[in-house]
Amino acid sequence: MGPLVPDIIGPNLNYVVALFIGIAFGWILEQAGFSSSRKLVGLFYGYDFTVLRVFFTAGVVAMFGIVALEHFGMIDINLIFINPSFLHSALLGGVIMGLGFVIGGFCPGTSVCAAAIGRIDAMLFVGGSLLGVLLFAEMYPFMETLYMAGDGGNARVYESIGMSKELFVLLMTAFAMLAFLATSIIEARVRGESITPLRVSRVPVVIALIGGFIAVSAYILPSQKDSVFRSTAHILSAGGGGVAIPTMTVDEFAFRLLDNDARIQIIDFRDQEEMKRLPLPKAVSFTPDNLFEKEPKQLLSRRRILNVFVTVDETTDHRLAAIALRLGLENVRVINGGIQAFESEILEFDDSLVPQSRREVDTFRFRSRASKDLQSVIASSTAAAPVRRTIQRAVGGC
Amino acid sequence: MNPYLAGVLLGLLLTLTVFITGRGLGASGAMKSANVAVVETVAPAHASANSFYTDYQAEHPEGVLKNWLVFEVIGVLIGAFLSGLLSNRLSLKLEHGPRTVGNIRIAGALLGGALFGFGAQLGRGCTSGAALSGMAVLSTGGIITMMAIFGGAYAFAYFFRKLWV
Repeated sequence: MGPLVPDIIGPNLNYVVALFIGIAFGWILEQAGFSSSRKLVGLFYGYDFTVLRVFFTAGVVAMFGIVALEHFGMIDINLIFINPSFLHSALLGGVIMGLGFVIGGFCPGTSVCAAAIGRIDAMLFVGGSLLGVLLFAEMYPFMETLYMAGDGGNARVYESIGMSKELFVLLMTAFAMLAFLATSIIEARVRGESITPLRVSRVPVVIALIGGFIAVSAYILPSQKDSVFRSTAHILSAGGGGVAIPTMTVDEFAFRLLDNDARIQIIDFRDQEEMKRLPLPKAVSFTPDNLFEKEPKQLLSRRRILNVFVTVDETTDHRLAAIALRLGLENVRVINGGIQAFESEILEFDDSLVPQSRREVDTFRFRSRASKDLQSVIASSTAAAPVRRTIQRAVGGC
Repeated sequence: MNPYLAGVLLGLLLTLTVFITGRGLGASGAMKSANVAVVETVAPAHASANSFYTDYQAEHPEGVLKNWLVFEVIGVLIGAFLSGLLSNRLSLKLEHGPRTVGNIRIAGALLGGALFGFGAQLGRGCTSGAALSGMAVLSTGGIITMMAIFGGAYAFAYFFRKLWV
């Protein structure tokens, strides 16, 4: 599950990755013709809309790609850098950049690219931007209030405007298509060429077909989360639905707790109140969503550690355990009868019961002892803390 | 290259970058690194008095040049150079509009660069880091910055038309 940094690709290898990504980035920019300032600013005067075509196609493709990766459960979006939203500085900074764009004819990425092939104006632009950064740095103590104003956190645009993610991507794509059509008409007019906006060439058609195919498949195929949840919706009772979930008897569970067994780990899905009423030793608090996240999932994949799922009732135990099995997590156990059985048969063991068989004699003796000893174990436990996260959201931006 | 094809390749590269590293592409961040590196070498006392420098130093305990974007931008230089070499576009030249002269272009490039560098710091990223990468991850801030950059450029384009057309 992505992102591969930092656990699969370490921080130092990441710099090598950066170099190669940069090489591909520079090569594409240069091949697209972004090493010419006259071509770049063409979009503001209507004679060349190459920048708009490349930029919007790239934006839409990447938007599609990342939404698809998220849809099919291949990246944990909580670990991806989402550019923070600071309204005032974004607007003012953006307008200043726009002014710099029409005066200087480049943006930082394209200026580096053009400088590499010997454009003197691009080298001057890079020098100018270093001065601009210096100016900002020197003025920073006075600008800090403005810089930090209007903090909107890691807001995502479809949430900000109250729209579904899929609809937003669709509208953006439609907007980009319209922009391609309109700008090709404008471009032909400005250049005095005959207008053939609907000239259908092979490349855009193939690209549009691939995009359409991905979009349709995403609408037909439910997201990984939905399909996994749906596949366990028919589990209406413990052991129902034809999914065999490995179980553990209440006695075994009690024994392991008393034994302070390091090979079990209690995954507690109960709400805060329940966890406070009956805390379990060394439990980790989970939400069903955690099962789909990268780091919490790793906690459940530790070798030779049994994960005992504790939820509100036995049916939910089985349902969540079935989800975990579907996600490829193997060492999952549920308690026979759920936490309720553990409470009634062990913690509140009725000493007055008379054993009916020799086996029950042993069982009852154990339960009677366990109900007393476990009181101190539970009294010394605190409510489970949420799953610890050490992997931070990636640092990005400029 | 067909601009739509270039766009698709760039979009796929950006998707791959996010999948591997969890972050997007960028450019102006490397200029920030370079700036902090120069100031902390030339005027260390001055740098330690300004939180712009000290915050950046705190984020980069192994040295301010050990930054993802610094390596990426070195890659951009190599990639663009190779592309120019293969397509026969390597040449030292000052490109300017038909109705302007070299000196004006020099001043324009310096001033435009300075404005862009300043704006990219204020807006937390440039066309690559904020606008393109922000659009890809559907960030509200990134999309606002993108609209401000292009909106601003269109608003001012008329006044600088003599530089280009």
